[in-house]
Amino acid sequence: MSVIPVNENNFEREIINADLPVLADFYADWCGPCRMLRPTLEAIAADRSDVKVAAVNIDENPDLADEFDISSIPCVILFKNGAEADRSIGLVPREALEDMLG
Amino acid sequence: MTDIIIIGAGPAGLTAAIYARRAAKSVLVLEAKSYGGQIINTPDIENYPVAAHISGFDFATKVYEQAKALGAVFKFEKAVGLRDNGDTKTVITAKNEYEAKAVIIATGSENRKLGVEGEDKLVGRGISYCATCDGAFFRKKDVAVVGGGNTAIEDALYLADVADKVYLVHRRDAFRGEEAGVAKLRERDNVEFVLNSVVTKLNADRRLQSVEVTDRQGNVRVLEVSGLFVAVGRVPENQNFASLIELDSAGYAVAAEDCLTGTAGVFVAGDNRRKEVHQLVTATADGAVAATEAVKYLNA
Repeated sequence: MSVIPVNENNFEREIINADLPVLADFYADWCGPCRMLRPTLEAIAADRSDVKVAAVNIDENPDLADEFDISSIPCVILFKNGAEADRSIGLVPREALEDMLG
Repeated sequence: MTDIIIIGAGPAGLTAAIYARRAAKSVLVLEAKSYGGQIINTPDIENYPVAAHISGFDFATKVYEQAKALGAVFKFEKAVGLRDNGDTKTVITAKNEYEAKAVIIATGSENRKLGVEGEDKLVGRGISYCATCDGAFFRKKDVAVVGGGNTAIEDALYLADVADKVYLVHRRDAFRGEEAGVAKLRERDNVEFVLNSVVTKLNADRRLQSVEVTDRQGNVRVLEVSGLFVAVGRVPENQNFASLIELDSAGYAVAAEDCLTGTAGVFVAGDNRRKEVHQLVTATADGAVAATEAVKYLNA
């Protein structure tokens, strides 16, 4: 799979109601560490069929960022059964995100 | 065995890789996170010669690609130790050991934390170490900046344009940072100085709600802020190598402009070296010097 763009309209369908655990990357285009992290997320999306990877642009979806109390990006939130299970802030290596998935 | 191992793929380490490869030495770069170092947090670099404007991300990517095209090998592992075997050195990572004839330590520095309870949990939920990175989340909100150096002053000026109100909390009544910046802050109606005061408590539910500060007389005041920007300096990342390099009281590697350490074949470059000016251009300069010295050492 590839990284799925998510916005306020499809957030519920793609993340809250997803069958698989979702890694949702809250990012912005102007954020350097976010751009650095993107290849890692793409690699996870490509390699793992048991996880869905989504990306939420916080400039286009500020209400979602606010709803999840986000004040630093990149912020990758792990959703399981529609609820936040864990989150990772800042540029992290792939293992850190894999560890979060358990 | 590799000729030169470079620890850290920030501007200093990447430049060292370029110079070492151009001198035909084999190069392995070990990096804990991702290439680029802290410069990737800078949206717009305006003081690097030739490029009037370039993002930190683009700068880092260009230098990384340049080093890679020249044949530097990259492994993304954190170096946790360094051993001196005389003619060779062993760099220890979490999973592996790598041997080289020379090592350049270019690990840079990280943000100093405030050390107030709950700080770690609130990072990304109101607490930030980078105003230009996270300021946008505090549009029309009230924030505080802690610190008295140039970074704190620049952060407060930046945030004064974004936030509704900015408190600048500093433990002394005089600033180490440039007077021009302080003067600009004094002209801003929405900036309030909270001097001779330290942050003593963070109040939060799911995110930061307010910050308690205490002054020298013991008076406590609560600042209703949703953001706290910590700008109390940086910590050089030299601890894992302290057995082979001399560190000063602040943790910086003691080495002159030639980047030589007390251990033959071990060099330091960039922000983790003690020097007057920690800038992008001096980091890349260190990389060039350290690599040149390492090549000289290998060819001797």
